Amino acid sequence: MKKLKGLILSASLLLAVLFLSGCELIVFDSAGPMAQIITDVINWSLIWIGLIVVVVLALFIVFVWKYRARPDNEDYMPPQEEGNKVIEVIWTLIPIVIVVILLVPTVKSLYALEEVPAEYADQEPLVIHVTSADWKWIFSYPEENIETINYVTIPTERPVIFKLTSAGTMQSFWIPQLAGQKYTMANMETELPIVAEREGEYFGRNTSFNGEGYQEMEFSVEAVSQEDFDAWVEEVHAHAPELTEEEYYEKLQPSHLGRETYVGTHLQWINHAEHGGNANERILNPEAYRGHGYPGKIFHDPAEVPENENENGGGHSGH
Amino acid sequence: MESKITNYSVPTEYQSELGKMNILGFWIFIAAEIILFATLFALYGVYHDRIGDGPAGPEVFVIKDVVIQTVLLLTSSFTCGYVITSMRRGNVKGAIVWIAITLLFGLGFLVMEINEFIHYVNAGLAIQTSAFGSSLLTLLGTHGAHVTFGLFWGIILAIQLAQRGITAFTASKVHIWSIYWHFLDVVWIFVFTFVYLGGLM
Amino acid sequence: MDIKWDQILIIEEPIMFWTFIGLIVSSIGLVAGLTYFKKWGWLWREWLTSTDAKKVGIMYIVLAIVMLVRGGIDALMMKYQTAVPENTFLSSQHFNEVFSAHGTIMIFFMAMPILFGIMNLVVPLQIGARDVAFPKLNLLGFWITTAAAVLYNIAFLVGGSPDAGWTSYFPLAGKEFTPGIGNNYYYVALQISGFGSMIIAINFMVTILKMRAPGMGLFKMPMFTWTTLITCLIMIIAFPIFTIALLAGMLDRVFGSHFFTVADGGLDMMWANLFWLWAHPEVYIVVLPAFGIISEVVATFSKKRLYGYHSMVWAVIVISVFSLLVWVHHFYTMGVGPTVNSVFSITTLAIAVPTGIKLFNWLFTMRKGRIAFEQPMLWALGFIPTFLIGGVTGVMLGMASADFQYHNTLFLVAHFHYTLVGGVVYAVFAAIYYWWPKFFGFKLNHKLGNWHFWLFNVGFNLSFFPLFFLGLDGAARRMYTYSAETGFGPLYMLSFIGTLLIAAGVVFFVINMVYSSLKEKRITDRDVWGTGRTLEWLVPTPVPAYNFAVIPKVEALDEVWHRKETGKALAFDEKEIKDIHMPSHSGLPFYMFVAFFISGFLFVWEFQALAIASLALPFLGMAINSFTSYDEGYYIPAKEVIETERKGGGEQQWKAK
Repeated sequence: MKKLKGLILSASLLLAVLFLSGCELIVFDSAGPMAQIITDVINWSLIWIGLIVVVVLALFIVFVWKYRARPDNEDYMPPQEEGNKVIEVIWTLIPIVIVVILLVPTVKSLYALEEVPAEYADQEPLVIHVTSADWKWIFSYPEENIETINYVTIPTERPVIFKLTSAGTMQSFWIPQLAGQKYTMANMETELPIVAEREGEYFGRNTSFNGEGYQEMEFSVEAVSQEDFDAWVEEVHAHAPELTEEEYYEKLQPSHLGRETYVGTHLQWINHAEHGGNANERILNPEAYRGHGYPGKIFHDPAEVPENENENGGGHSGH
Repeated sequence: MESKITNYSVPTEYQSELGKMNILGFWIFIAAEIILFATLFALYGVYHDRIGDGPAGPEVFVIKDVVIQTVLLLTSSFTCGYVITSMRRGNVKGAIVWIAITLLFGLGFLVMEINEFIHYVNAGLAIQTSAFGSSLLTLLGTHGAHVTFGLFWGIILAIQLAQRGITAFTASKVHIWSIYWHFLDVVWIFVFTFVYLGGLM
Repeated sequence: MDIKWDQILIIEEPIMFWTFIGLIVSSIGLVAGLTYFKKWGWLWREWLTSTDAKKVGIMYIVLAIVMLVRGGIDALMMKYQTAVPENTFLSSQHFNEVFSAHGTIMIFFMAMPILFGIMNLVVPLQIGARDVAFPKLNLLGFWITTAAAVLYNIAFLVGGSPDAGWTSYFPLAGKEFTPGIGNNYYYVALQISGFGSMIIAINFMVTILKMRAPGMGLFKMPMFTWTTLITCLIMIIAFPIFTIALLAGMLDRVFGSHFFTVADGGLDMMWANLFWLWAHPEVYIVVLPAFGIISEVVATFSKKRLYGYHSMVWAVIVISVFSLLVWVHHFYTMGVGPTVNSVFSITTLAIAVPTGIKLFNWLFTMRKGRIAFEQPMLWALGFIPTFLIGGVTGVMLGMASADFQYHNTLFLVAHFHYTLVGGVVYAVFAAIYYWWPKFFGFKLNHKLGNWHFWLFNVGFNLSFFPLFFLGLDGAARRMYTYSAETGFGPLYMLSFIGTLLIAAGVVFFVINMVYSSLKEKRITDRDVWGTGRTLEWLVPTPVPAYNFAVIPKVEALDEVWHRKETGKALAFDEKEIKDIHMPSHSGLPFYMFVAFFISGFLFVWEFQALAIASLALPFLGMAINSFTSYDEGYYIPAKEVIETERKGGGEQQWKAK
């Protein structure tokens, strides 16, 4: 029993240390209303979860301690009780109530997360297309005619709508301080609205495993004031090179890239969200992924795909 | 369990404990098969218009052949019923003959299905063509593989009937095979309705 | 065929090379040992071809423990790799293979076989049956599972290991992005293992429905039997979906079809849907029997009837229904919209209610009891807080909007380890300590057991609790390394130390099995623990091949406890004992093992025509079986039965203490 006490003591000590460090956890350090909605839901759930854990653990410890076998109660014959309808109904109802308490804000928040928050609804949102490829993030600004790789510059206090898609494997787009995750999938488009309220550099990454270069598939979000954003756009147009189609397909090859900036977006040639998928065939190149294990049969030989087939794949698009 | 049948108040196939358990076990297996085919139908439902660069269903379906296939399989299900009737009457020869007739109809169905596949490939629809082709041919192929299995199974049981006559145990075996054969017929009715008729609508 | 002989073996890396050498040496050692001690015949007759459910059960458990070691070594390698930032012990590719293998092996070849093993050992005894409904089929199930396990486990040396995670999501797992044959192993091996699971499901369902002792109505069945029955039901519903998903995945990879591809109309998310339609029920397939075990152990060592037995049964049934309705919560982040996400949040959180009922029932079983801290109870007591943490974090993950922040992070990893290890592994250890003496005639050593429990328990919490915080701090799962600036280092290191303690615990467990076999006192008491409640404590210890000399008549739930309370003798009346019919041994299941292995291997290696032709091998086995199924079995004479009964605790005096 000494061991048990020691364990409980050390465990609670560990807990305390971890909780104190919890204040700095990235998920709780939101920099905008969308992430804040989620943080509020999490905090609300923690209160109730904490309550359940405390009550159940207290019952557990009391029962185990009080009803343990001792040499002096060897003759004790426990009652063979079948159960108690009232008690059983109570511990069915209480969890139902707690579940409802947790579900109401969850459902509300789910709807809230789909739209730009009311206080920013009057502004015109900045639309940024996000294309994930192995193993980099490509951001396209159709209005500003800019394409960046592995970083995205956004204005603060203005809604931004990310339109997410993928050139190949599936990724999960995550900027913990600004919003929850959303998948990027080939032939499909998902939307993620955000607003950054604090200026700063935020960490973002892919959390959906997609092969050898997965770990390094990170990007950063530079949230700057609207003036600085406008200045950045001008500067890009003044200094950055023009993006060519050739170059773009080169980028889609599985590789790691640093931060890059271009004038022009790849949307003029292909939007990976809108095709039936056959346009993507040009990049479905097994050769680049070779090198692990015994080579298997290949069903998509890129050599057989004509070079200019990127205009229109099969006429049947996704959802 | 080798004893000859003397009690006719209970169907032959239910007269041994083992036979009863085998039949229950097989019904549970059929339940799993229903979910298996339901999943294939669901896949086909999602993929039936995702034809990529290949042909669509109505462009390649030959309804006349499919109707003949359906008639063949339905008839075989009917003759399969006679297997059980003969068996319950204790008529070994009758049972074997009816099994043979059932299997011939099944074989006819299979030959026509193989022809159908050859026709599809010639028309440019293989499992490599499109999601539609993959789901259609996998659904039909899975059913066809089941029929093939049923054919061999039927032959094996006919031999055992000839060797051992009708006992509680052989009867339960034939009964299980007949459940399987009827089940394949039911699946085919769904294939005919959803894939071919649905494709034409 | 153009075979690249030089690329078949994957042994360039030193770890792989030495593993390869080690495997060869130990195989030679095993073969030599068996030959030297002339044990081949014994092994073949007494074990490999035995249709005795108890022996099949033990073989399942041996397979599972070997796989536990393999999966555990994978875990140690991962934890060592991530213990410090920027570690170079494993390359990214190697790390990916290791975590894929760890997940797949632990679920398919550790958790499921070990539970199948326990079912085989315990269920026939609990329902008062001499055997399972289909003994030969039962052995076949074991050999098919083993064929799958062997096939999956040779992958890392022969042809390349699967490297798309245990979920093997498309399109990553498709040929476009992983062109090696490695991932074929996943689809083919798991397909084969699925056949084995279906066999278990059908067999135990019929066994429980048809072979219960007279008087045992459904609501007089012990809790473990109930959970087994419901588990079988879920398997029958869920596994065919996985069968089709795996078939489609295999066709995509080996035959070039377009179910889940990016091009030509394929839908990658269809795989995710089918996979989780099976995989969420799968969680309950492994957790429900664990619930059953905990129920038995808590009642026995509290010396009390299981509190709220009826509500426990209904809770299991409700959980099984809900388990089929929650699969979308594994991809809330797919962007299917707030309505769908809300619906699945509701169904997911609804599962918390019956799970809560179970937890409270266990607590109230202990209340007013007399809790004996024997080894099995220790694990059951460890189970409750661990599973509680797993459960409540599950509720947190079930809230869709919050999940947008937890998804695919180490928070999720911590959660499912708290449910699967805290739930299944703790219960399995409880079961092994609990039922071990019944089958082997001696208890496992108490002191070594304590070391096992405390090292494992402390190690487990140390290993996984920090992951909750790492996840909330932005650490994604499946990352092979991280930079020092992230600040993840200390917690990852703590987690690694915890893993070492877990490993040390498992070492103590293995030592305990060996030590106790040699040194522990032999016992022949039928009611080994003195507080047994269910029918398995009615038969001699160790359990004879025929289980019950006379099929008992059941009057109450907890029949043995009832007999003790009413002062009835537990030994059988010798006058009632007759010759007992037993099923013959069979070598066919072993043939099927070879057949499935060969066929599976050809599919993995993409010999398309040859692979399809090789399907004739298992069908040939079935045909042979059909012709040889007229075997009559054999009889154990009554005289021999009476002798065994007298030796095995026949004279134990019963009184309700």
